[in-house]
Amino acid sequence: MKKNGRLSPTDWILWGLTSATIAVALYAAFLYAPTERTMGDIQRIFYFHVASAWIGFLAFFVVFVASIAYLATKAVKWDILAASSAEIGVVFSTLVLLTGPLWARPVWNTYWTWDPRLTSFLILWLIYIAYLMLRAYAGEEEKSARFAAVFGIIGFLDVPIVYASIRLWRTLHPKPVIAGGGGSGLAPQMLTSLFIALGAFLVLYVTLLHLRIRLEKVNRAVRQLHLEANR
Amino acid sequence: MSYFSGIAAVYWKDVLLEFRTRQSLSTMFTFCLTIVIIFNFVFEPGSPAVVEVSPGVLWAAFTFSGLLGISRSFSFEIDRGGLQGLLLCPVERSTIYFGKVLGNVTFMLLIEAVTFPIFVVFYNLPPSMNLLGLGLVFLLGTLGFVAVGTLLSAISANTKAREVLLPVLLFPVAVPVLVATVKSTGPLLRGDDLAQVASWVKLLLAFDLLFLAASSLTFEFIVEE
Repeated sequence: MKKNGRLSPTDWILWGLTSATIAVALYAAFLYAPTERTMGDIQRIFYFHVASAWIGFLAFFVVFVASIAYLATKAVKWDILAASSAEIGVVFSTLVLLTGPLWARPVWNTYWTWDPRLTSFLILWLIYIAYLMLRAYAGEEEKSARFAAVFGIIGFLDVPIVYASIRLWRTLHPKPVIAGGGGSGLAPQMLTSLFIALGAFLVLYVTLLHLRIRLEKVNRAVRQLHLEANR
Repeated sequence: MSYFSGIAAVYWKDVLLEFRTRQSLSTMFTFCLTIVIIFNFVFEPGSPAVVEVSPGVLWAAFTFSGLLGISRSFSFEIDRGGLQGLLLCPVERSTIYFGKVLGNVTFMLLIEAVTFPIFVVFYNLPPSMNLLGLGLVFLLGTLGFVAVGTLLSAISANTKAREVLLPVLLFPVAVPVLVATVKSTGPLLRGDDLAQVASWVKLLLAFDLLFLAASSLTFEFIVEE
């Protein structure tokens, strides 16, 4: 953002791109993609559900990489990137946890089931909620950055083990509700719509990240001014 | 001072301190026993469901009471400036971590060893259990829980929220340990062979090694001033 508070060219480009791709993704999901034979229109939520999940994973992976980079370099920009990406990741994974049950209720006849993917995603979500709480309570900026970076690494390393453990647990016990489920044998238009939704959410992620990073910088600058004023 | 004698020194300091005050161990044990007794109210006495859920009760009691000791292991150092003293020692930072891990594992295993026989009596478990296998699972499970717990305790003790934050950070990360220990304790309590739960034991081993390595590498970033 420029000093006078107007949007910069980058802002305009990002906003334009986001609006356009989201519009295309909506068209693709609701009009272009064919109606699923057994599930009907409810299946259309799948495009946004899966796209949110992938972008959520991407966001947490960015946290992981930025955390390592922060510990290696101690450059504040990496901490700002990790903090911003974690918050957006939590937003996307919350979307996953909200859209999932909406789809599951009519299709699986239940809002929730302790399937490996659902369960490990819920744990993943909890880990990053804890990450945000740690950031909120850590205290000084520099300390919060170090602690969050360590937890960002530990939390991400944990994800595959959580998944392995839950899968091992569920394969010992047969799944009670899931008979067929979607995901296999997508029609080509469905796959195209999924990738369009994914692209749109990727652009949305970049835009949100851009804005969140700027907000974080302003936030820190204001805090710094406060400290100086109180001195 | 060599690396291992550094670890031994930190460990011995914690053990000595604990056996002189017995503050952690006594609260941990009483709390552990309390959890075992409270869970008893959930089920109809003598119902077969008790045997089915007993591994979960056992590990809830172990981990909740272990949490008390783990959270104290750094908070008391900070209260009296002990951490500063430890950091001034001419040893590598990770020796402090490993010494604390060993101490916490010792305390938790002690509590487990005392609580387990009481638990068997209270829940009327059949005596035909695989004790050797259970010992291995208790050791590996405790080590994994403590490996992550000690690192996160160093973090939470240094925050404004102190102890309140530790369970929120630790339990989601420790989910694989909880699942693996509960799922392998069940068959072993029924007297099954260790081979029956081999995949769980391997998972525990992988978790322990990964998080001991990752935690010892990242620990120095937490305590640096």
